[in-house]
Formats: sequence, structure tokens, C-alpha cells
Amino acid sequence: MGRNLFDKVWDLHKVRTLESGQDQLFIGLHLIHEVTSPQAFQMLEDRGLTVRFPERTFATVDHIVPTKAQARPFGDSLAEQMMLALEENTKKYNIEFFDLSSGKQGIVHIIGPELGLTQPGMTIACGDSHTSTHGAFGAIGFGIGTSQIRDVLASQCMAISRPKVRRIQVNGTLADGVYAKDIILKIIADLGVKGGLGYAYEYAGPAIHELSMEGRMTICNMSIEGGARVGYVNPDETSYEYIRGRQYAPDGEDFDQAIAFWNSIASDEDARYDDVYTLDANSLSPMVTWGINPGQAISVDDHMPSVSEMQPEQQEVARKAYRHMEFDEGQAIRGTQIDVAFLGSCTNSRISDLREAASIVKGRTVKSGVKAFVVPGSMQIARQAREEGLMQIFEDAGFEWRGAGCSMCLGMNPDKLQGREICASSSNRNFIGRQGAPGGRTLLMSPAMVAAAAITGEVTDVRELKQRASEPAHA
Amino acid sequence: MSNHVFKVEGRAIPIRGNDIDTDQIIPARFMKCVTFDGLGEYAFFDVRFDDQGNGKDHPFNEEKYQGASILLVNSNFGCGSSREHAPQALAKWGIKAVVGESYAEIFAGNCVAMGIPAIELSHEAVEEIIRLVEEDPSLELTLLVREQVVQLGRRTFEGFIPPAYRNSLTQGTWDSTSVLLDAPEDIDKVAARLPYVSGF
Repeated sequence: MGRNLFDKVWDLHKVRTLESGQDQLFIGLHLIHEVTSPQAFQMLEDRGLTVRFPERTFATVDHIVPTKAQARPFGDSLAEQMMLALEENTKKYNIEFFDLSSGKQGIVHIIGPELGLTQPGMTIACGDSHTSTHGAFGAIGFGIGTSQIRDVLASQCMAISRPKVRRIQVNGTLADGVYAKDIILKIIADLGVKGGLGYAYEYAGPAIHELSMEGRMTICNMSIEGGARVGYVNPDETSYEYIRGRQYAPDGEDFDQAIAFWNSIASDEDARYDDVYTLDANSLSPMVTWGINPGQAISVDDHMPSVSEMQPEQQEVARKAYRHMEFDEGQAIRGTQIDVAFLGSCTNSRISDLREAASIVKGRTVKSGVKAFVVPGSMQIARQAREEGLMQIFEDAGFEWRGAGCSMCLGMNPDKLQGREICASSSNRNFIGRQGAPGGRTLLMSPAMVAAAAITGEVTDVRELKQRASEPAHA
Repeated sequence: MSNHVFKVEGRAIPIRGNDIDTDQIIPARFMKCVTFDGLGEYAFFDVRFDDQGNGKDHPFNEEKYQGASILLVNSNFGCGSSREHAPQALAKWGIKAVVGESYAEIFAGNCVAMGIPAIELSHEAVEEIIRLVEEDPSLELTLLVREQVVQLGRRTFEGFIPPAYRNSLTQGTWDSTSVLLDAPEDIDKVAARLPYVSGF
């Protein structure tokens, strides 16, 4: 029987089996940011250790960066202190840092792929749970805590047990107006927020391989929301074309040899899996979350579920969700009024996300009373979007255009919900308080759906707006 | 100082609910810091205090649970963000072990990396322990790592700690840096065989 990509990459990077039974795994690419790294550097100092492979670690700043007033020192002295710590640590240990003056700063999971740092067959670690994003290229990305960052800095390795592998086969074709975000929200709704515990997810099948790299990144990004620490897609021509010509990508003859290596680590046709789950893309509709975890998602056409019909262990969280959201069982999700529309985050702030959203927004106006803003994932995406005229489309419609960062995905910078505001968000978590206000309410959806909600002021099936846009103006 | 973690004894504090995420355990705004010191007072902040900073009904605010060192939780505890700030905040508050139905993977890994055992028990066992502790918060619990049991008076509840976690706690290798650095030639050998490190 053949081997899957996960096992091939794991075995290639395995240094040895430790006495505990865990494997010592070499980490090919280590990405760091300002929030989870300062304590790790301090631990190194306390132990008199140094960074063993500084050329394999890259840094950026994203979580605390203000997206509006980016001049230094930052208005928030704590944010400034974190920025200073990262500047000092990267300088001291000779780690490349894509800071605000580099022109390449952005969300860590956006810039890794964008710079060609992320490549198939790598092991990748970062002190952020959305490191699974990089799996879109056929890499194995682990979100890690600060003690493990210390381990990777000191040894370029981590101690870890091998998970099982579940293949998630997505057949069929997505309908117009249905996106990668809808696939992953559906998978999490079906398998549950802890369905992936102990598993790495391999996303496969025609609907996955038809996606752009951006779409694949969206799916792998949210693996962790379904409990799977790792998610990946086997590399193919689409992956190679994305990587070709990027700053850190191999070039010339090296690129051809790289492709041979990349092809070799893809799952064999007859590869073995611990579990297989199959989903039909043809039947998918746009998805929206109604609750307080990403598994509480329904199709935009659906009504909110009845608690008594749920599995017993889901009922308590569902009741908590209804209390927090102030929604009622059986209520339609469509038509839910929103206060804020947030287009951004490591899940959905890439150029194709902005293009899709702009195509909905074009020639329309943000509903009065809705605060709508776009936060591109990186400085490079921001530049490209300006050049393509997307920024103008958003601004003409009444969106605010911001600088790159994590922004309102989490409450660590000035972009926060206020009070009980409801936000249509292209981000990844609808946990209570996640967007910065303890009473804030988050509805997760695709970027095109966020754009549609911004225009109408309520949860709207984006397919209706698409239809209207394609009709003659006088009709 | 011995790094071996064989057992944790102490009073317990229950936090009921499934899928309690790390944003609840430590809201992101309190991660604006360059050390973990002082995080204890912000553990569960938004469920402990209202907008005006008044205490709400929460076990962490209750006098009877002050000084507890074993956290009792339900399923998928610690899901969401990879922030080690979550177990760090709990540890700074005084937690030395977690007893629950199940844990998110990164959270469980972070606990072990800090020398905090997290044992998995059945739903019924967790509910029973929570019931007993709520009745009498002065009860002393004992978590035995190698034996994978929780003892409460004469009662013994059998549980599960993944073997690698159990071993690293009892062998005292949960702080893995020195173990990983133990094989420098092996690390170099792996680096040298990786096409993307050595050159394609």
C-alpha cells in the first residue's frame, strides 16, 4: 500500500524517536511574530542558548499592528514594547524581519506563501494556530506554543507525536457564489469543532484541486477550527505556478529539480488513510455561522437549529450561543441585521478574496449605518489591489481601506467591535469576545458574503446580488 | 530541582462547559505583554467581570475555590488559538493539573511543555467529581500520572494520559529543549538530506 504525503514528509524530517515515545522532528521553516515569541527568546537567554539555524526563521509583525495610524512609536505603548522586543530579538539573533519599512510586512500566514518561503514537502512551525494554512502547498504546518518556539529556536526541532491522517474527499464542483470558505465551514459543521482531534486532514478531490492556492489556503487555515492541528492539500501544477518566480522560491534548474521533489512527496494513488470523509460540493450553498464556535454554521437558506434535536453534548454550547447571540431557534439567518463588515484575516484577505468582494461591491454603496472596512493581508496585496483598482471600488462604495495586519480578527489592536455589535466577518473565529468586545457578536462567512452584507446591511445570499449585477442596468 | 511530575495533590475548581476556547481563558487584549508574569489575574477575565469591572458569578471569583490547584473541565477544553498564555494564565493563578473529558491538541501540548498534567476521564467520571467538589470544595484530589488515575477520598477514577505525555512528565523530559539538543549530529544529518535546505 502506498504512503500519504503526511507520512512521507514526517519520515523525511524525523531526527529520531525520543525516550518519551515522541518523535524529534526537524522544522524546515519557522515563522515568528511579536505576540508569542518574546517569552521564547527570554527563555533562551535565561538558559544561555542561542538560535541554531537563524536562516530558517523569519519574522513579521501582524497581531498588534494598528491598521490606521502606523507611525512609530505606536499609540499603544504595550504594542510599541512588543514591536521593540521583536526588533531587538531579530537583530540580536540575525533573523530576517519583514517589518513595516520592508514593504513586505503582513499577516504571517499570508507572507510565508507570498514570499515563496512556504514550499511543498516542508515542515513549518509558527506560534499561531493558523499555521495549518501553509499545508495548502503540501507542507505540514504546526501551530505551536511559546515553549515549543523556544525548542525550535534552540534546536530547529520539536518533540511531537504522529497524528492519524483523515482524507477529506470533496467531489463535484462549487456553484457560482459558493467558495472555499463555504467548503471548510461545512466540513466543520459536519464533523464538529473537535472532530479533528488527533488527526491531520488531507483535503482532496476535484473540488479542492480546482481551487486556486488562495482557496486552498482558506480551507487549510481553518483545519484547527475543526480540531485538526494540521491540514494539507497535495501539491500540483497550480501550486507550482503560484510558487514560480517568488522571492525565496528555487529558480532556474533548481525549480525543475524542486518540482521532481515536490511530486515525489505527494500522496500515492493507493495511499493508506486512517479515515476517509466525503463531501459533495455540488450541493453546497453559502454558509454563515449563527453561534459562538465555527461549527455552529448553517446554509444561508436555513433556519437556526433546534437545541432539543442536537446531540446531547452539543446542547449546552448551543444554549450558551443563543443566549449570547440573542437569536431564537428556528429563526432564519438571512436578514440578520449587521453593524460591521470586516474583510480581512489570515483566512480571507488575499488578492482573490478582495477581487471577489470588489465584484459584488462595484457600483453599489455600503448600507447607511454599517461600518465596513477592508484590511489586506499584506503590504504586497495592498499594492496589488490599488494597482488593480480594487481599493478605489471599495472606497467609492464607502468601505474604509486599511494597512495590513490581523485587525479585527482578534482584539489585540485598535480595531475592535463595540458593545453588542454584530459583525459580518471573513475571519475564522466567532468565539465570544474574539473581536475585542466581550459582548460582540460575529457571523463568519465568505468575503463575497461579507461584501453582500455590507451593501444590504443584513445577511444576504450573495448569489442574489451576483444575479442582479449581471442583469442589464435598466431591467 | 526535580523535573519529574508523578503526582499533583490539592483542592479542585470546576469550570463547566464544552468547547471552552483560549480566548475565554485569556482574552487577546491581555496578551499585549513580553512576559507571562501577571497573567493570572486575567484568567477568564471576561466571564469573571462585567464592563465596569464588577465581579460576576464565576468559580475563579468564589472564596471557597481560592487556593485550588486542580482544574476540572468538560470536553475540548482549550480549543482555538495556540496561545501558551492560556495555560500560563491558569498556572499563574495556581493551577498545577487539569482533569477533564478532552483537550484541544495544542493546549494539551502546551500544558505538558509546562509540566502540567492533563488527564482525560469519561464524561460520567468528570461530572461525578465536579458534583462532589461542588458539594464540598475542601475535598483533596490526587492525580497520579503514571497510574493515570484521580483519587478522591476512597474513590478512584481511571483515566488516560497519552503515553508520550505521561512518559515526558514522569521521566522529567517535558521541558524538551535539552533533550532535543542532545543529538546535534542527527539534526545536521536531517538538515543535509532535505533538498530545500541543502539546495535542489
